Amino acid sequence: MGFLTNLINGISLGSVYAIIALGYTMVYGIAKMLNFAHGDVIMVGGYVCFFAMGSLGLPPLVAVLLAVIACTCLGIVVERLAYKPLREAPSLAVLITAIGVSYFLQNSALLLWGADPKAFASVVPFPSLTLFDGQLTISSVTIVTVLAAAAIMVVLTLFTTKTKMGKAMRACSEDKGAAQLMGINVNSTISMVFAIGSGLAAIAGVLLCSAYPTLVPTTGSMPGIKAFTAAVLGGIGSIPGAALGGVLLGVIEIFAKAYIGTQLADAIVFAVLIVVLLIRPAGLLGKEIREKV
Amino acid sequence: MERIKNLNKTTRSHIITFAIVIVAFVVMQALIAAHAVSHSIIGLLVPICAYVCMSISLNLVVGISGELSLGHAGFMSVGAFSGLVVASSLNTSINSAPLCLFVSIVIAGLFAAIAGLLVGLPVMRLRGDYLAIVTLAFGEIIKNLLNNLYVGMDNKGLHFSMKSVQALGMEGGKMLIEGPKGAVGIPQLSTFVAGFILILFTLFVVLNLIGSRTGRAIMAVRDNRIAAESVGINVTKYRLIAFVVSAALAGMAGALYAMNFSSIAPKKFDFNTSILVLVFVVLGGMGNIRGGMVAAAVLTVLPEQLRFIGDYRMLIYSVVLIGVMIVTNNPKIQRALEDFKGRFRRRGNKAAQAVDSLEGGVSDE
Repeated sequence: MGFLTNLINGISLGSVYAIIALGYTMVYGIAKMLNFAHGDVIMVGGYVCFFAMGSLGLPPLVAVLLAVIACTCLGIVVERLAYKPLREAPSLAVLITAIGVSYFLQNSALLLWGADPKAFASVVPFPSLTLFDGQLTISSVTIVTVLAAAAIMVVLTLFTTKTKMGKAMRACSEDKGAAQLMGINVNSTISMVFAIGSGLAAIAGVLLCSAYPTLVPTTGSMPGIKAFTAAVLGGIGSIPGAALGGVLLGVIEIFAKAYIGTQLADAIVFAVLIVVLLIRPAGLLGKEIREKV
Repeated sequence: MERIKNLNKTTRSHIITFAIVIVAFVVMQALIAAHAVSHSIIGLLVPICAYVCMSISLNLVVGISGELSLGHAGFMSVGAFSGLVVASSLNTSINSAPLCLFVSIVIAGLFAAIAGLLVGLPVMRLRGDYLAIVTLAFGEIIKNLLNNLYVGMDNKGLHFSMKSVQALGMEGGKMLIEGPKGAVGIPQLSTFVAGFILILFTLFVVLNLIGSRTGRAIMAVRDNRIAAESVGINVTKYRLIAFVVSAALAGMAGALYAMNFSSIAPKKFDFNTSILVLVFVVLGGMGNIRGGMVAAAVLTVLPEQLRFIGDYRMLIYSVVLIGVMIVTNNPKIQRALEDFKGRFRRRGNKAAQAVDSLEGGVSDE
């Protein structure tokens, strides 16, 4: 049963990574930038939900909604103030700006909410599920996380393939100039992508904190880096790739922790990424783009 | 004077770079002798030297070779820990501290070069953002492995283990590296003079490399890989040369840095440190060695000098970082600055101004 428990925990952690990775991959697809501040949006989502439930006494679902709204607004504001002026700048300048935003969010959180860890109460009030005469216990957070990730994936796939806005997003990531000529407002489309990505980050933050209930200003950075790794593993720019990469990474991490040792788990996760990239340089589901001379 | 004028442009530029370092060193020494510098600055001298070396070495990868590396602190870390193991074990047999420091820095450079080669061989198959993420991954792996490394020394020599202190099987002796706690009781051999010499050495290596045939090949690969390949340049080889040399120099800087403190943990050389060095390079202007050096020195001193504003320090740092990036990279702001400069310089020279605005008009299109 140990194996099954680990597998379920791995899929659950992987689902969180997948939700975060979606934000990375969509932003990369459309703006060709590595948004290193994405991990810190997760942390902001966690704090908003924490205070909405704790200080304001709101019911969990409303608190989550509030976190999503707050992070969506944050995403739009950050994009407008920090990234939009650099639309034509070299990618390294944008990368450093994103790191600046990441520092800014972390230190604002430190000033506003202090460095002491907050004990996050789970947003899922149901009891754990017990199977096989008590041999296998699955916490309700785990189930909700996996279901939420699956639902998000389905909705997002439908959104990008069926709706006008989604098609505009795909057009922009294919060729911004051509999209503009077809009458698509590129700037508002990019804002939209940041909004969706940040909203998803809020959900991921709430789920992550429900499973691992300590909240500090740097909570988001390591999951952020891991989710970024997951996005690259699956093939950056691809939505199913982010899902696959996230789940794989989560499962590998939990198994490494269980069978090899907690200390080396991160090293193994990153080693897997390197091996995959050496065999498939564009990630598992990424498109190989031939270079034209 | 006449001879300096006759030198070509690059040589003159190199001489100026060396002169800046030497003048800065002499002025600093004079100020210290006159007791005009605060203790906090004196404590920062060796870290500044180490970060200046890091900045020069990363500039070789990011600016000259044009690859984004997000794991440079990993090589610094390899150098730091191998260097201090060497220094601790030689400390008793070599009496002269500078010689001991020299030997350990050289060996640290060697170890970091080996690490650079091991990382570089697979990494050089990738390009662009994928390369960046793999260097990030390697940086994390190095940190993770060092977090599990236990090294001890007794009469029989050095003991290594990846498990625990007990697994070393030591009889007495002393611990050199204790896993996540890092190294304690480091022989503090680093001095400002040693740092100064290391900067000169790093500059010498990098500037000579850039000026050589190899350096031109590296820059050709950066500017247009396909064109470089088609004239017979071995792309992988030259990218790898830049990467390994840079790793070795980072390792040496790491050893210098580590031996300035009495204890140091692997956690010190994490992703944030890699980013810090990258910020030096980008703020100084990519490929601009002198700019990177100045940025490293200023950004190492600045946070210490801003201590009086307490918790707002890093917040201001981040806002400044974002602001500088936007001002230096936004085309509109850049054009406005150029206009302003042009007007200032050529006031009264209407012909030049007309040409200037004409050129401005063309580049607007």
